[in-house]
Amino acid sequence: MFYGVELGSRLMLGTAQYPSPAVLAKAMEVSGTEVITVSLRREGSGGSAFRDLIAGSGCRILPNTAGCHTAKEAITTAHMAREVFGTNWIKLEVIGHADTLQPDPFALVEAARVLCADGFEVFPYTTDDLIVGEKLLDAGCQVLMPWGAPIGSGQGLRNSAALKTMRAHFAGVPLVVDAGIGAPSQAAQAMEMGFDAVLLNTAVAKAVDPVAMARAFGMAVSAGRLAHDAGLMPARDMAAASTPIFGMAELA
Amino acid sequence: MYSVLGAGVTGLCVATALSERGLPVELVDDGGIPASHWAGGMLAPMCEGESAPPEVVRMGKHAADWWSARFDGVAWRGTLVVAPPRDQAELLRFSRATRRHHTVDPAEYEADLQGRFTRALYFPEEAHMDPRAAMSCLRARLAERGVVTVERPKGQIIDCRGLAARDQLPDLRAVRGEMLLVHAPDVNLSRTVRLLHPRFPCYVVPRGDGLYMIGATMIESDEAGPISARALVEMLSAAYALHPAFAEAQVIETGTGLRPSFPDNIPCIREIGSRIHVNGMYRHGFLTSPYLAETLADRLSNEMKHAS
Repeated sequence: MFYGVELGSRLMLGTAQYPSPAVLAKAMEVSGTEVITVSLRREGSGGSAFRDLIAGSGCRILPNTAGCHTAKEAITTAHMAREVFGTNWIKLEVIGHADTLQPDPFALVEAARVLCADGFEVFPYTTDDLIVGEKLLDAGCQVLMPWGAPIGSGQGLRNSAALKTMRAHFAGVPLVVDAGIGAPSQAAQAMEMGFDAVLLNTAVAKAVDPVAMARAFGMAVSAGRLAHDAGLMPARDMAAASTPIFGMAELA
Repeated sequence: MYSVLGAGVTGLCVATALSERGLPVELVDDGGIPASHWAGGMLAPMCEGESAPPEVVRMGKHAADWWSARFDGVAWRGTLVVAPPRDQAELLRFSRATRRHHTVDPAEYEADLQGRFTRALYFPEEAHMDPRAAMSCLRARLAERGVVTVERPKGQIIDCRGLAARDQLPDLRAVRGEMLLVHAPDVNLSRTVRLLHPRFPCYVVPRGDGLYMIGATMIESDEAGPISARALVEMLSAAYALHPAFAEAQVIETGTGLRPSFPDNIPCIREIGSRIHVNGMYRHGFLTSPYLAETLADRLSNEMKHAS
């Protein structure tokens, strides 16, 4: 449950960098996604034509504060997003470094506290640091979005041990792996580990065929979640015969 | 009489194609600055295929020939595509998404890139030109053929007004583009060079005499105001990454245009009532206008033959 909302599909899609709004619409449709994230910082009030196009998709909109480098900028952008989209949902992104696009955890917690107090339902883009996660929950967030790898890098779950720890530490908190996912197998891996959803953009938008890639990610996320719920077998050090040898006929 | 509304690249190409078939045509110009005034002037259908659909690549296939037949400023020099060492994955992606290129040592094509980039994709069939000179040339040719420019239309309307036609085409939207023109006499490039970057890709088109056009942002916005500081910083940093002497360049001009775009970003001819629209050129005005103009002119001249 994400702030009381149950989702059928656990794939969340970004809407930037597609060849056209028409390709984006098709990718959204075939992926089965129910949540799309949209930026506002750079487009501003002049971007209404594009926003109207994607609002027509029927997907739930998760506006984001991409491109914001300070808590103040992110808070202003969140307020604009609430006005434009009529939703309390906000994907809170406060970038700490222009080159690595690493989140600034200090400004993130500060902005989250202000926005949660103001009635926003905040989805914070954070690292896999447990203490930052706790501070975000303390600030009022009910979802955490740890990175898999730096934005747009396609490196997958770069520190899967830390993500595994995070999953165990925040049992019961909805966790979304956001950023860095490059291949459907990596999205499936996150879902198998018990994450509640994955959010990605570049891997689909910049694929040679974005629509086919969107379909692939939709299937991978479903498969990963199904596998997690079905109970994955633990890995073993030794071979274990699946057919018992005891009692077999001796044909000597 | 056909009245072509709009004197941007689309209107000029349509008026030219109609006039060349002997159809009576006039140009209706409100004196506004068309989006094509800010264009790069790349005639690069294969490179555009990186993100454009195959229809656009097909429409643009003969664009450079069309312009060459009418304008003597088309430079058939091909396109070079490079990426900084740490962004080589972008070059691989570009090569997979496009056709009719080969991998070369860029220094063999542009000596100024010596030691800066070890690999490039070369698209030998592409060309570039100065779009403003090309439009002036079409205007002069139209005047020579007796095509007059008027303020009020008298004939059947062919609407090529770009974004201004939003009043008739509700699905037309703006995609903001920002560009700059610099004078960098220390840089010597003879062909379009595209620098790939995951966030700030840019292209540099030589205009001759040390002038270079650097473009262009793509922002889903109809805000027509001046170039943003962010766009300036990003494009100049990208140009600097291409060649450090761009840091010493003089910024001659900056500009912002609003590209008229349909939801699929594919230009088209549309008939609504008695009005024919040629619109939605997105970032492909110089590349696709010749094809659409010729298609429309063929159709109208056939109709005229059947009618008589």
